Amino acid sequence: MFNEPHPDEVRIISKRFGLPNSASIDTYLAHEGYVALMKAIEMSPEQIIDELKLSNLRGRGGAGFPTGLKWSFIPRDNPKPKYVVVNADESEPGTCKDRLLIQNDPHQLIEGCIIAARTIGCKKGYIYIRGEYRYLIDIMDKALAEAYAHGYLGKNIKGSGLDFDLYTHTGAGAYECGEESALLESLEGKRGVPRIRPPFPAVSGLYASPTVLNNVETFCTVPAVLRMGGQAYADIGTPKNGGTRMLCVSGHVNRPGVYEVPLGFPMQKMIYETCGGILNGKKLKGVIPGGSSSPVLKADECDFPMDYDNYARMKTMAGSGGMMVMDEDTDIVKVALRTMRFYAHESCGWCIPCREGTSWLRKILTRMDEGTGRRADIDLIHELAKNMLGRTFCPLGDAAAMPTIGFIEKFREEFEARLRETTMLATTPDQLISIN
Amino acid sequence: MSTPVTAPPTIINFTVDGRQLSAPPGTLLIDACKRSGIEIPAFCYYEGYSLQAACRMCLVEVEKMPKLQTACTLPVMEGMIVRSETEQIAKARKGTLEFLLTNHPLDCPVCDKGGECELQDMVFRYGAGESRFTEMKNHAPERQWSPVVFYDPARCILCYRCVRACNEGMGVGALGVTNRGVLSEIAPNKEDHLDCDECGACIDICPVGALTSNIYRYKTRPWEMQHVATVCTHCSNGCKTTLGVRNDEIIRGNNRDRGGINGEFLCVKGRYGFDFTASEERLTTPMIRIDGKLEAVSWSKALGFVAEKFKSVQADGGKFGVIADTRLTNEELFYLQKFTRAGLKTSNLDHAASGDLITLLDALSGQTDALATTDDLYKTKAALVIGSDLSQQHPLLAFQLRAGVRHNKTRIYTVTPGPVREAKYSATSVTVPLGEEYDALAKLTDRLKAEKELVILFGDSIKGQRVRDLVAWAATLGIPVKYVCLVDDSNSRGALDMGCLPNLLPGFQVDPHPGLSQAGMLAAEDLDVLWIVGANPLRHAPLASRKAFVVAHTMFLDETAARADVLFPSASAYEKSGTLTNVTGQVQRLKAAIKTMGAKADLEIIGLIAKEMGLAPTLGPWTHDIVFKEIHSGVHGYNVPLPVLLTGGAALTSPVNGPVKVNVLVDEIRSAGDTLFTSGSLGRHSKLLTSVPEFPGALYQR
Amino acid sequence: MSLTFTPETEKILQDIWSRYPEGRKRSAVIPMLMYAQDQLGVVTSELVAEVAKRCEVSPLQVEEVVGYYSMLNKKRMGKHHVQVCTNIACLLMGGEALWHHATKRLGIGHKEVTADGLISLEEVECAGACSWAPCVVDGYEYHHHVTIEKLDQLIDSIQKVH
Ligand SMILES: Cc1cc2nc3c(=O)[nH]c(=O)nc-3n(C[C@H](O)[C@H](O)[C@H](O)COP(=O)(O)O)c2cc1C
Ligand code: SF4
Ligand code: FES
Repeated sequence: MFNEPHPDEVRIISKRFGLPNSASIDTYLAHEGYVALMKAIEMSPEQIIDELKLSNLRGRGGAGFPTGLKWSFIPRDNPKPKYVVVNADESEPGTCKDRLLIQNDPHQLIEGCIIAARTIGCKKGYIYIRGEYRYLIDIMDKALAEAYAHGYLGKNIKGSGLDFDLYTHTGAGAYECGEESALLESLEGKRGVPRIRPPFPAVSGLYASPTVLNNVETFCTVPAVLRMGGQAYADIGTPKNGGTRMLCVSGHVNRPGVYEVPLGFPMQKMIYETCGGILNGKKLKGVIPGGSSSPVLKADECDFPMDYDNYARMKTMAGSGGMMVMDEDTDIVKVALRTMRFYAHESCGWCIPCREGTSWLRKILTRMDEGTGRRADIDLIHELAKNMLGRTFCPLGDAAAMPTIGFIEKFREEFEARLRETTMLATTPDQLISIN
Repeated sequence: MSTPVTAPPTIINFTVDGRQLSAPPGTLLIDACKRSGIEIPAFCYYEGYSLQAACRMCLVEVEKMPKLQTACTLPVMEGMIVRSETEQIAKARKGTLEFLLTNHPLDCPVCDKGGECELQDMVFRYGAGESRFTEMKNHAPERQWSPVVFYDPARCILCYRCVRACNEGMGVGALGVTNRGVLSEIAPNKEDHLDCDECGACIDICPVGALTSNIYRYKTRPWEMQHVATVCTHCSNGCKTTLGVRNDEIIRGNNRDRGGINGEFLCVKGRYGFDFTASEERLTTPMIRIDGKLEAVSWSKALGFVAEKFKSVQADGGKFGVIADTRLTNEELFYLQKFTRAGLKTSNLDHAASGDLITLLDALSGQTDALATTDDLYKTKAALVIGSDLSQQHPLLAFQLRAGVRHNKTRIYTVTPGPVREAKYSATSVTVPLGEEYDALAKLTDRLKAEKELVILFGDSIKGQRVRDLVAWAATLGIPVKYVCLVDDSNSRGALDMGCLPNLLPGFQVDPHPGLSQAGMLAAEDLDVLWIVGANPLRHAPLASRKAFVVAHTMFLDETAARADVLFPSASAYEKSGTLTNVTGQVQRLKAAIKTMGAKADLEIIGLIAKEMGLAPTLGPWTHDIVFKEIHSGVHGYNVPLPVLLTGGAALTSPVNGPVKVNVLVDEIRSAGDTLFTSGSLGRHSKLLTSVPEFPGALYQR
Repeated sequence: MSLTFTPETEKILQDIWSRYPEGRKRSAVIPMLMYAQDQLGVVTSELVAEVAKRCEVSPLQVEEVVGYYSMLNKKRMGKHHVQVCTNIACLLMGGEALWHHATKRLGIGHKEVTADGLISLEEVECAGACSWAPCVVDGYEYHHHVTIEKLDQLIDSIQKVH
């Protein structure tokens, strides 16, 4: 809806986006809708999981965990009810793909959920949608009603003996509720504070029952995998990185948008061809490649095939697919500050290093931005971020620390340039000591 | 209390800092280390409460694990290799403390917690005393949440101990967390104030000075106090309490060393209800009624006067009655009964009975080990509470059951005339009209038969024949059953055991020459002397004998004092030594914490009267340790291991194990139904206890 | 004082309540607060008490939630709650300028309300419109590729209707 298909795209899960009434069940049914479900009903859970494993599908929510493997962790003999939960909290800065998937093709998500339910033997599922996306909840509710009316939800789905109810559930403004265990707490009506793990959701998730929890895009991909066959889907990507991804390109490019491209698509090509190059013919300064949590890449690092392995090689992350492109005029200090303001605002406050670290870093970066930074602050920022890294209760602390470390390490000169001549002589963090 | 894990028999071997250690499976690394003397720092971890993993102080290195791990959530694993003191760890701890101190005010010099602050200790040990933080600290004003509780959000380190102590420990849930991120704060349940037990558990468990008590605030520094471990006097549960004392004034009470039968549990009375000792209304001098008016006299005059009167009434063959308080020490009770029987040659001796233990013992005749201890309440798989609002009337017993529910999945059944806190986490709760508790038991028979074991706690609605019926019914369940007969006061059990009864000698031996009961004495129009040692019986019933010469030991000018001819100012339990026996038969030592001008321990007063009467050679010395020796060797069931007592422990007594063939005066058994906020005249004279609003309405209060 | 909702809201609340298994009604706390707030314009103590009652939790447990989530407000916001995103993608495309313009034009700051109660402003975190930045959200309605002119038009249209 928002951008015309681009020839570089391989539209698998976004292929119905441009159709008239694309959100309606009639359109969906006319375009291979619920075909995969009927197939799944004939398959055994093991067969479904095998196809997923074969497809090399990895979670699209950020962590990139292999989906087939995740589903295989659900204990079969556990007598408790099992749950399917969709993570539609989409709050990672730079990310706006799940929104499109729900807006344009809600039934694809529903179908993915029913297949998951069929695989793990579950009767109830919830789609946790961030509170800001109210209009999507309305779209989703309408689609759910259609699915019920057509016998794809409810009792004895299409005569298969399968019962499954699926509901929407609204969030209320909290990035941390995208973290899977915090999401479950939130879904149980509590503060969005993460849980101690293990146990993982597959063993003890919603209501302490086995739960499959995936990102919207992940669930949306499942019908395609079953339809095409796992191998065919895997073949689209690079080895170990199956299929396509929805990349959300934003910032200083001529054609920002959400593009579905095969894994391994070159970043250079993405920026300069698919997205039409940098705005106003400016030069590239850098790219935040996978949402605000991923460490920044400098212009000369932006030429690699975008799959999980190569992101890792570049010491950054595929994350949620939010690519933010920055031109040469971009004020990195401002970007670093805005990033930290975000994490300080969104830290749930549970653990000390994240709660206090993000707040302190926000204060220092604010000073930096306002021109009262001191030379020693630069190393201090770097060190404080390192003091958070790996020591927090959940990955949000890391998500705040990693990009900060990246900004300092890669754009140190920009921070230095922002220092005004001040009377503070301290040049190392230790010289900043105060007895407060 | 042990860890919340029940361990299968095998053992796990692992290495910490090069030392070979082992622990049962399921043990958390932090506990396993602690037991081997390896200290792992922690703010949020607290043994017995749920895990948080929030403070990140307990991080350790574990081989083959990429990141530092929290020792507070990691169960020990076979072959695991752990390092707890490396450069990386030291850096992490220091870094976390530096973060913590960014918003924590450094107002240690004026902070109540100074000297006892876990944050101070931690910074002392791991560094970060100097900070690179040069920004403005977040500011939030201090608030008063109740007559007891103050909260200073700036000092709060968000370890959530208070939240758990209130919710899990107390079953109240009056504390929560609000806001998020760096603005997170602890919040009370009623917008800006607390509606709770006012137990102060949150304050004592706070590692820093974020929660402080109105009672202790700005009064003193911990190192300026003496710390005296003794036993709370407000109810029958017998919690150990450590009193902080300065210049003969009790400044605080707590049980932070977690010793004793109560661990760190104390209720509002135990923690703060000591201020009656300093009441201006205390009697400080003996008094004699002269021309209808009480006048202050010297001790020697009052003692001489009483002794003369006692002697002359005795010479005339007059009728004596003696009523003992259920808060006297065992030594006082024992000596008093000896005085009465051997000195005054009568068995007109009684106390206010609040539970029918005698019939229980008789009904259990021959059954060994059928009386439950406080520890049994924690360990039992199932408990049945009949006719008691346990959280109000027996706070420690209720706390033990709650801990059992958390750690051992204890199933609780209640039969009460209204909603009780236990119902919140009980398996089944039955509501019946007051007094009809027994009749409802049949409803539970089938469910209880499915239990593996049971502890039955019963209040004063089960007495006489009903006790026999209860025991007979329990026998049909086909599972091992133990009992707690609920009684009211700090030494109600001692009064029974020491034979302060008209028909029983110490150790439940039948008195061949039974005397008058309390009601009998009060009703006897020909009574010549009524000697009331500490109790206030005339609050509830009139004294029939117009001629009776009334001697009362008392702390306050109460209803009994108003009728008395002679008053002796008596010392409170916090002002004397001796032993007490709690509701579950565990005997503990009282230790005098303060001296109060004018007052004497009842044992001394009784002894001095004996001396004046020339009875000393018959009755023997009246020092508490000598009297205790006599009890220890002479009273059935009190032959307890002395080291346990001497080290401040609780020694289990075992009352007679056989029939007690005596006519129980069932009609006189009646609980006062005290609540968390009342305990007779002591409670009425505690400014603190009368200032806190009660929560929630008490079911049994009379 | 008991709280009554409009039939529409009541229907939504009942529907929400029915989604969660027996004994798990606490799950309804957040959705109920969100939809009830839509009607009431604010989370009041009465609402907290009502939700606590319906979901079988203590009012404190509801307050804990209200304090946590940024979309639940105990202070009444404007009839139109205008949210300006200034997070990275919007920042790169001029979101900050939009924010400053809005505050200047309306004379109010973050989470403040105009004197007539019509409009409130909030500087929000990433709203999920990065590829169509900068974005402004009026209530639940998204506006993309917003310029200062478009923002003025939006404010004008709000002010004109009322
Ligand atoms: C702070 C934080 C925020 C997250 N936000 C989201 C989110 O908005 N959407 C999402 O799908 N996953 C999010 N995740 C990742 C989830 O925890 C989880 O890994 C994911 O939903 C699993 O689904 P997948 O396997 O399909 O990727 C977040 C993780 C963290 C640590
Ligand atoms: S790192 Fe800690 S404070 Fe930050 S969001 Fe996770 S749990 Fe909350
Ligand atoms: S004690 Fe382990 S994190 Fe606090």
